[in-house]
Amino acid sequence: MDLYSLSLKDIAQKIKSKQVTIKEVLDSVYSRIDEKEEVLGAYVTLTKEAAYKKGEELQKKLDAGEAIGALGGVPIAIKDNICTDGVKTTCASRMLEDFVPIYNATVVDRLEKQGAIILGKTNMDEFAMGSSTETSYIKKTKNAWNTEHVPGGSSGGSAVAVSADMAYAALGSDTGGSIRQPASYCSVVGLKPTYGLVSRYGLIAYASSLDQIGTFAKNVEDTALMLNVIAGHDKKDTTSACIKEKDYTKALLNDIKNKRIGVPDAFVKDGINEEVKQAYDNGIKTLEDLGAKIVHIDLDYAKYSLATYYIIATAEASSNLGRYDGIRYGHRSEDFEDLIDLYKNSRTEGFGEEVKRRIMLGTYVLSSGYYDAYYKRAQCVRTLIIEDFKKAFEKCDAIVIPTAPHTAFKFGEKSTNPLEMYLEDIYTVPVNIAGLPGISIPAGFDSKGMPIGIQFISNYFTEENLLQIAYTFEQNTEFNNIKPNI
Amino acid sequence: MSVSKEEVLHIAALSRLNLTDKELEKYTTDLSNIVNYANELANIDIEGVKPTAHILDIKNVFRKDEVEGSYDREKILQNAPTKAAGCITVPKVVE
Repeated sequence: MDLYSLSLKDIAQKIKSKQVTIKEVLDSVYSRIDEKEEVLGAYVTLTKEAAYKKGEELQKKLDAGEAIGALGGVPIAIKDNICTDGVKTTCASRMLEDFVPIYNATVVDRLEKQGAIILGKTNMDEFAMGSSTETSYIKKTKNAWNTEHVPGGSSGGSAVAVSADMAYAALGSDTGGSIRQPASYCSVVGLKPTYGLVSRYGLIAYASSLDQIGTFAKNVEDTALMLNVIAGHDKKDTTSACIKEKDYTKALLNDIKNKRIGVPDAFVKDGINEEVKQAYDNGIKTLEDLGAKIVHIDLDYAKYSLATYYIIATAEASSNLGRYDGIRYGHRSEDFEDLIDLYKNSRTEGFGEEVKRRIMLGTYVLSSGYYDAYYKRAQCVRTLIIEDFKKAFEKCDAIVIPTAPHTAFKFGEKSTNPLEMYLEDIYTVPVNIAGLPGISIPAGFDSKGMPIGIQFISNYFTEENLLQIAYTFEQNTEFNNIKPNI
Repeated sequence: MSVSKEEVLHIAALSRLNLTDKELEKYTTDLSNIVNYANELANIDIEGVKPTAHILDIKNVFRKDEVEGSYDREKILQNAPTKAAGCITVPKVVE
């Protein structure tokens, strides 16, 4: 078995017990990347030189008998909207094509402190706006299960890197499903933690009240190991919660007896592909067979999540992206008469079509005359959606729901109609609206062999519960052991 | 069309974006479709419901007023498109 195909946990153990050197691990993963990157296009930037240098330092420490951290020597990929000191962070946008941050995001510091080695930065939808990674200005990322299909998005590059064994794990960000949906499309485990559990410092903002950094991993255990490292309070992020740090691997029990799992029947009735629905129903059956109690719940307002999301997210985006004016950093147009002209031309040249669409939509819903009808109303509906979940969690310990209504679609299939693309997020968006934790794990394949994911949602800051249910599901099904033939 | 071309031009100006005629057509259609979809919220009874801006129950997060190290000026300026004498340069704004 090649080193690159091992799990994060196994490779970390092999390094620590000196069965392999860190250099051998890096050689294996980078040769895998060299072999597959041209076809798959997962990475925007590779940081090979720095990776080997870090690897050498860690190996010296290890050989000297010093501790090298929980992720000592393990190569990880980072989504290109998470700032890395001295390494280009483009957000897959022309606007930030040459932007080199002068500091690390807190999550990157935390990973490095535990000995992780950064392989490179992964492709994404421009400014994380999209569900297929097609809006990237930099390159096209293809699904490893079928290269005619999209990987999902916006964290498509991270999902593909993990699914094709081009990284042991990856960081992504999830504003409306941008971790869970590509995880589902690529058959990997994607976790979006509770809002506030992981610091957003250094994450380039899209919609600040919804954005959350999370993980892609090959299995649930690796997910827990990653969460152990990135979760925790950060004084640099005022929305970061003061939660005691935990060892999430303790939650990995193969047991869900008597757990009450909520099924929102009415919400999952329409607009879903039959095969995906079948896999979902099979998943519920599996949970039941494992001793869980299935309870039926109502999420009456969940169907309004998408409309609510596209008002709140774009409103916040229009404000957040106001900073890109061509003055202090980012793209500056060479063609301008005066200052306003400079702003306009820089933004017009620097942003792609979808980003402009969302900035304008956000500006519209915040503009005088429409603020109450759209933005304020959406914030009220947000309250109703949160109350729905609160009521549901009185009746159940976790909710099970599909991750996406379809499997990965073909390139160009949904990019002409923005609304159709937005509908792919119908099952992931409610989680962000409410700020809850959600996880997508492999749960089947359609008749064309494209992966199907299943999603679990849990109450605020109960990631242990979420991981336990996901772990039990994974340990008792075979889907996670099937790899793409790439 | 629930969003008119004039409105799209107005919000493009507010957003500091230029639109070609073709883009104006496309965005007018797109924004109308999306706004029409969002109009489903209009039928929800929100009487007495408080708006949520933020899901965490935290307010006014303060830190101690302590001086900490910052970044080197040259380092900060390295991402500026144009600079002179340790400052970012911009086009003349006053005649």
